[in-house]
Amino acid sequence: MQNLKSNPSFITIGENAKMINTAQKEGLKKENVLSLAKSSKTIEAKNLCLWYKNFNALKNININIGEKQVVALIGPSGCGKSTFLRTLNRMNDTVEGCKITGEVLFEGKNIYSSSVSAPEIRAKIGMVFQKANPFPMSIYDNIAYGPRIQGIHSKQVLNELVETSLKSAALWDETKDRLKKSALGLSGGQQQRLCIARALAIKPQVLLMDEATSALDPISTGKIEELILQLKKDYTIVTVTHNMQQAARISDKTAFFLLGELIEYNDTDIIFSNPENAKTKDYITGRFG
Amino acid sequence: MPKSRKFKNALLKFFMYLSTGITFSILLLIIGYILFKGLPGLNIKMLTTQTSYIDKNIGILPNILNTLYIIFVSMLFAVPLGIGAAVYLTEYAKCKPLVKAISFAIETLMGIPSIIYGLVGMLFFTSIMGLKQGILAGGLTLTVMIIPTIVTTTKESLAAVPNSLREGSLALGSGKWHMIKTVVLPNAKNGIITGCVLAVGRITGESAALLFTAGFGLKLVGFIKALQSSSATLTVALYIYASEQGEFNIAFTIALILVAITFIINTVCYALGNKIGKKNK
Repeated sequence: MQNLKSNPSFITIGENAKMINTAQKEGLKKENVLSLAKSSKTIEAKNLCLWYKNFNALKNININIGEKQVVALIGPSGCGKSTFLRTLNRMNDTVEGCKITGEVLFEGKNIYSSSVSAPEIRAKIGMVFQKANPFPMSIYDNIAYGPRIQGIHSKQVLNELVETSLKSAALWDETKDRLKKSALGLSGGQQQRLCIARALAIKPQVLLMDEATSALDPISTGKIEELILQLKKDYTIVTVTHNMQQAARISDKTAFFLLGELIEYNDTDIIFSNPENAKTKDYITGRFG
Repeated sequence: MPKSRKFKNALLKFFMYLSTGITFSILLLIIGYILFKGLPGLNIKMLTTQTSYIDKNIGILPNILNTLYIIFVSMLFAVPLGIGAAVYLTEYAKCKPLVKAISFAIETLMGIPSIIYGLVGMLFFTSIMGLKQGILAGGLTLTVMIIPTIVTTTKESLAAVPNSLREGSLALGSGKWHMIKTVVLPNAKNGIITGCVLAVGRITGESAALLFTAGFGLKLVGFIKALQSSSATLTVALYIYASEQGEFNIAFTIALILVAITFIINTVCYALGNKIGKKNK
């Protein structure tokens, strides 16, 4: 693994490197290994720039997010981390005056190419927002909302999906007796877990979380952090957080943004113990931001 | 100082009570007067027959039906058009100056006296399009008249739907129309219903715009025939009986029925809204 990383021909990281590693052990040829790396479900941003009208919010971002990793995006307010997160499932399409150049590759395809539709991408890359936004309908209908868009209407399948999604979001026990009740009757923490369950119900490959715990009490936050660590087994998770301890606790890799630039991206351990860039060091030690 | 402030408070409170009292008593007085003058003339025969000069009978069944017909025809066109326009303006339109111009125009239209709608309706629907005076021409004229009301109230209630719900829906992979259908419209439902109730109220109370377009006919004809033949609604009938025939007692009975119809329609609309609301929860 170590010498693979130092080898410049292997730019993919994390899980990919692991895959390559195991593949090599199995005696596969180098070309096969490379194509394996390419086809895997990583997200890669290439020369990504974003403007809100005349304001340059993201400046030439290059980053590669490996499969089944938790990546934390940190940085002071207004540094572009949420904006970057929203470019990954094309949520910025809805923002007026927003212009994007560069590429975001997912499953080897640029999600901004004209042959890809935004709803199709958003069904594969789920998102949880800062403020819980359950729809004013029943808990059941909230979870079934996404699957129904995909054309799933069979009661049996939906029942199963609702149950497994709520279980994955650690909300099943609290809600199994009130599935037909309004989701607005849940507490703030429960609502946020409902939103996670709702995002999981469409079976995405990636889960984006935009400060998903910032409006919650410590206990609810703890539950969601635990959840993230569990979900990591099946999903790639990209999370924006202002809470440095949280980033250190839950993420494999951390990216530090400042004024629209990606300053440093590395293993979380390294970022928090021995960052390369002085600005990163200043930020995580609390000297600014 | 506290003393003078106390006095000021008491004075202001007194005026507050007084204005509420005056408003309320005017309302009571009107309803009371209508009841007092209208109730004695109210009988089943009047409600179920039509006016006949040979039988010396005055009946307002045709007018009650015409009012309902005209509500039906105008709402049939105005509700989809108005809601559609409002959805376009708030959810789809990209060009902000154009939206502003259209919104301004719509708000201006709301303030135009209804007789002008009647005049334009007569010229356009009867002279140019060749419709006969009747429910259809009158209903279409009122459609034009109430669209601004529906557009404005719908627009406001759509704008009040939190953006986080729209984003939540889009983030689950829904297309724009699906988002509007499942999240935006159900959440704006109360405002939309209020707009429709207001519109029905305006239709029920409208007379000026109908004088030229729906006509003065007092004969009982079926719905299909009424579309193209002169048909007076309750308010127009009230005008006819009061001003042309001096039958003020009948005019007051009609007024009573108008109040009752407005009350019933409002109640039904809100009950319907609540029912839909419960279904969604």
